Amino acid sequence: MHEEPVLQVRNLRKQFGPGCRECGQMDNRQLEKNYCTNCGTVYACQDISLDLYPGEILGIVGESGSGKSTLMQCLYFDAEVSSGEAYIKDPKLEGKNVFDLSSQQKRYIRNHSYGMVYQNPVHGLKMNFSSVGNIAEKQIAAGNRNVADMEATSKKLLESVHIPLHRMKEEPQNFSGGMQQRVQIAKALSNNPPVLFLDEVTTGLDLSVQANVLDLIKTIQRELGISMLVVSHDLAVIRMLADRTVVMLNGAIIEEGLTDQILEDPQHEYTQQLVYSLL
Amino acid sequence: MKAETHFAFFDEGSKKEIRRAIMKAVAIPGYQVPFASREMPIARGWGTGGLQITLSIIGKSDVLKVIDQGADESVNAVSIKKLVHETTGVELTDRTEDADIIQSRHRIPEIALTKEQIIVLQVPTPEPLRGVEAREYITKRMHSEYDYSGAWLILFEQIMKYGKTATAADHPVYVNHRYVMAPSPIPRFDNPKIHQSDALILLGAGREKKIYAVPPYTNVESLAFDDYPFTVESFEGMHCHLCSGADVFLDELIDHTTGETIYQCNDTSYCMERMNENVNEKEKAEVEGSYA
Repeated sequence: MHEEPVLQVRNLRKQFGPGCRECGQMDNRQLEKNYCTNCGTVYACQDISLDLYPGEILGIVGESGSGKSTLMQCLYFDAEVSSGEAYIKDPKLEGKNVFDLSSQQKRYIRNHSYGMVYQNPVHGLKMNFSSVGNIAEKQIAAGNRNVADMEATSKKLLESVHIPLHRMKEEPQNFSGGMQQRVQIAKALSNNPPVLFLDEVTTGLDLSVQANVLDLIKTIQRELGISMLVVSHDLAVIRMLADRTVVMLNGAIIEEGLTDQILEDPQHEYTQQLVYSLL
Repeated sequence: MKAETHFAFFDEGSKKEIRRAIMKAVAIPGYQVPFASREMPIARGWGTGGLQITLSIIGKSDVLKVIDQGADESVNAVSIKKLVHETTGVELTDRTEDADIIQSRHRIPEIALTKEQIIVLQVPTPEPLRGVEAREYITKRMHSEYDYSGAWLILFEQIMKYGKTATAADHPVYVNHRYVMAPSPIPRFDNPKIHQSDALILLGAGREKKIYAVPPYTNVESLAFDDYPFTVESFEGMHCHLCSGADVFLDELIDHTTGETIYQCNDTSYCMERMNENVNEKEKAEVEGSYA
């Protein structure tokens, strides 16, 4: 059986800085980690290619500064790519590189096909608007103009992320970090996106809340069949969530495969170090 | 010694720049055109945006009407009229029909405007998305990307809090199915008057340095959810206690001695006109006295 990926990324590159003679050539650049010692250019993502299949969770692990979050930001159009291509499964965008689309079209994809959960809820939520309003915003952006309908959807989602409904009109700024994160997840899910990006969603949450959030993500994947790209530096999170995993180091993918395989039998030196340093 | 001012206060270069901004605004209905807002002899926030438009479009044969929240005789309206009159010598009027240019703060007159007229509205906050986004460069980007979920979100929040949209004034509108625009703090009652208006509507925000416009016969639609349709203020069963006018925007007044609530036309020239139609000379004097 041949399955078509919902998201295909090819040769994505993102650099900060103009580059120089020393580092301009892809094949023989001399870098210290991911930056050029001569001109200071940072190569945050170097030639990233990956496929995300329907209903799967793809994990991305790597140390701080390995380019995980930059990759997510590029895919979600929060940051411009330096070069590269991405294709999404959408009859209207067949064969079109989404990075070449106009900003209006990119916003359309964000609103209709993507959901994003940021590490810091401040980026994903409007802290001084009600929780139900925050969730409705995403639905409004996706074209819904029916208040009763949006309220019902928001209530259902808030319930599924265990936010008591009597607090739904409260602003997320009154909530604890874990609750904020759960509101953010509810928001990201509200337009039923085929692709969901999760950037370090459990970092900074206490263990019991972490377990709650992870459980929730797993349930959502099972019930709604949403494809997810999960970024984390926490291997335990990756082990629990991801079907497949890619390992990033200094802006490049150094290893990819089934999560079990990578955790049980790491091939690359860095991955081995990462796995064995797991407490 | 009193220095002679140039016709209409501004030098010709300033007028040209403002007119150019107006032309651009008319060409892109609802789009906020930045302009170099001048220092005026009145303070920013007191109608400098409207005044700059008025001064740069006014000609020697024009007749000017200035209203402040419906009233021709309020201090601000009178001061603006005086300034324009002293620097141009144009004729002033209270009658809506007689005016070529009507500068207004927060109202559109009750009498329908014609294609020969221009209404200039004073605007405190031209940005309808300011409530959700404080940064100008982001709101500009949101307009360009046709991202108006924020404007809708503000209305949604009001419905969640109060069970209905609670915009007392300045209810946002779609202009020509493209830009979301703040119609200046006119009551919702006046929003339908912008749609397919015969008169050219110019809006000026002096402090915020923006000019925008609704050209004649443009589609203007108030934002409303499917299940919460747009409604105007209702004055059903009420009428003006002076001219007994109904179907107009009424002010609610409370008589401090009796505690009784009475209603009165907000548009004073409209009210006066109606009263003058049928009263004899003696009553007329009385009525005019009641506005003093």
